[in-house]
Amino acid sequence: MSTFWNAYIFGLTGIMILGLMALLFFTRRMPGGTDPEETTGHSFDGIEELNNPMPKWWLNLFWLTIVFGLGYMVLYPIGNWNGLLNWTSAGQLEAETSQHDTKYGEFFARYASVPVEELQANDQALRMGQQLFMINCAICHGQNAQGYYGFPNLADADWLYGGSGDNIETTLIQGRRGQMPAWKDTLGTTGIAAVTEYVLELSGNEHNDAQAAQGQVIFAQMCSACHGQEGTGSTLIGAPNLTDNIWLYDLPDQDLRRDVVTTLTNGRAGNMPAWIDILGEQKVHLLAGYVYSLSN
Amino acid sequence: MSEHKTSQEPSEIIMTDLYQSAAKIYIRRIRGYFRNLRFFGGMFLFAAYFGTLWLSWGDRQAVLFDLPQRQFHIFGVTFWPQDFILLSWALIISAFALFFITVFAGRVFCGYTCPQSVFTWVFLFIEEKTEGKRNARIKLDQQGLSGLKILRKAAKHLLWVLVALATAITFVGYFVPIKELLADLAQLSAGGWVIFWIAFFTLATYGNAGWLREQVCIYMCPYARFQSVMFDRDTLIVSYDAARGESRGARRRNDDPAKLGLGDCIDCDLCVQVCPTGIDIRDGLQYECIGCAACVDACDSVMEKMGYDTGLVRYTTENKLEGIQSSLMRPRLLAYAAALVLMTIAFALVLIARVPIELDIIRDRGALHKMTSNGLIQNSYLLKIANMTEQPQTFLISVDGLSGLAFRSSQRVQVPGGDAVTVPTLLVLPADLNRLPTSKIYFSITGEEDPKLATTEESRFFGPANF
Repeated sequence: MSTFWNAYIFGLTGIMILGLMALLFFTRRMPGGTDPEETTGHSFDGIEELNNPMPKWWLNLFWLTIVFGLGYMVLYPIGNWNGLLNWTSAGQLEAETSQHDTKYGEFFARYASVPVEELQANDQALRMGQQLFMINCAICHGQNAQGYYGFPNLADADWLYGGSGDNIETTLIQGRRGQMPAWKDTLGTTGIAAVTEYVLELSGNEHNDAQAAQGQVIFAQMCSACHGQEGTGSTLIGAPNLTDNIWLYDLPDQDLRRDVVTTLTNGRAGNMPAWIDILGEQKVHLLAGYVYSLSN
Repeated sequence: MSEHKTSQEPSEIIMTDLYQSAAKIYIRRIRGYFRNLRFFGGMFLFAAYFGTLWLSWGDRQAVLFDLPQRQFHIFGVTFWPQDFILLSWALIISAFALFFITVFAGRVFCGYTCPQSVFTWVFLFIEEKTEGKRNARIKLDQQGLSGLKILRKAAKHLLWVLVALATAITFVGYFVPIKELLADLAQLSAGGWVIFWIAFFTLATYGNAGWLREQVCIYMCPYARFQSVMFDRDTLIVSYDAARGESRGARRRNDDPAKLGLGDCIDCDLCVQVCPTGIDIRDGLQYECIGCAACVDACDSVMEKMGYDTGLVRYTTENKLEGIQSSLMRPRLLAYAAALVLMTIAFALVLIARVPIELDIIRDRGALHKMTSNGLIQNSYLLKIANMTEQPQTFLISVDGLSGLAFRSSQRVQVPGGDAVTVPTLLVLPADLNRLPTSKIYFSITGEEDPKLATTEESRFFGPANF
């Protein structure tokens, strides 16, 4: 804080407190007050006011508040003065967090050593996982984990990066970057149309046989490296299984052909955030347990 | 502008201290009819405050305000924060009861039932036992320090602190189960906040009832100030019958006051000595008067000794004092009474009809609806079910309002007592059965063992907007 503002704050506060003390000092005497029947002299529609002294305890309390104020200024920060207690809001947060960790740490620690697959056997672990899911995950994946366009359905048996407890936990810890390249410059419109028909054939949808045959050739050259020879995908790199008719970038009431064309033309960049720094190991572990329980 | 006293020279205006210590008043204790009323009423409240704490209900304290759990147990009923509207109604009803009593009989709440008064009378009793009766106390304060004086004062303050401590521990005991609390205190293992609150209430009780006393009634309490708005000329107030009593003066017991030109008042000042707020009721109705009728008891006792009729100072109305007919049943009073009765009945009915479960429906924010791969329209919800009873319950979930709706999630949920669970719910509808983009639906939960534990909440089912 600059010198000016520091002086400004101290000045104003000081003037205020000194002003209050002056107020008490200079108004400590009043005219009259010896006769209990005496009025102040004002008459408001016939209503008059007695002129009696005020109780001394009231004055003493006022002084007490001034003393309190001065004490507060010494103990707590004001301007560039950090206060004898060295209080900071960040420090208070730290203290509360560590208090929280001490209090609840044992709950989380209890489940840290239980494998993800077995966490669902414990009601409390499941409830904690559910609570974490609703707060952190339901925004994208839905309250029922049913997913939406671009957000995987976590309640089915289809997994991009593997569905074992460890796989799920790794996804949560590191996050995932789905990277489907854009093929429009390499393949052009005709090439993309051909591959699309082949992909539709792979997943058992109605397709154009002639174009699909051409697509198969291109597929073997360009796509099988990631998606596998049979198009069954690879959980190691997160390449989807193209044969199961479960689509991340298509909804049942949308045109599948159009969506596949878009994917091939422009590519996709899926983004699952990394939660390890936000939630920490213990909460991620419980989350993994809950997510695993949804499909098992 | 202020009106100056033009007849005075400026040098004649006397200046005094704006703040002066309140003169200590020495209250004389008196026996009598109203004192008995006050005593039994006050002691009943005292006993209720201290005694209710020790009652049990099942395996818990009967009255317990469990703040950390946010559950407020009053005998068999447990209130949750969702029930706070009942508390506000209870307070409104209490306020109307207060207004009713004030219009009827002035500040009797203050004099008979206010904790400030009741505790002051208790502390006054202790003061009399340790320091003696009124005159003895005045003498004790005037004399210099002596061993006996120190002993008496110390005994008084010690007893005051003990009563204050018991009061404070009782108060905290309504929030922290008393048996645990006492055990913790005995083992010196009570938490910081518990110690703080006990200390706070001990100090507050000791300070208010021991030292401040009438200062609270005169300066601090807002009720003292707005009571005057509620009085009317037919309100029963403690009043000195000036027509009968004046002119006041001493006389011998067998004298005929009429012959001496005197009224019934013998100017004994007993009514001033017994007043807990230190006023002279003969000056007329004053805002300090808390309607405790100690002066009535005092004057009646003197009147009896003198052989006159009692009631020189009595509960009466302004109208009656001036000889005007005073009607007790007047529109204002009857209106308050009617409002009070109606609200109390309504409140009782609401309490009786209260179902101790709560259902909240939270729709998924992500999507209005979603089509499934087999042509169903799917809507996602979160059901929050709160079980405000103390026993575990099993609930069956159903939905109404749109035919063909089916659940794709569990319809049976168990909720532990005093707990709330979250139930992710999926509803599906065949696309051809959907007529509107938005349909009103109703979720219901019903207790499996106790079908009376049932409630319904409204929600929406969304479908495609185009047909």
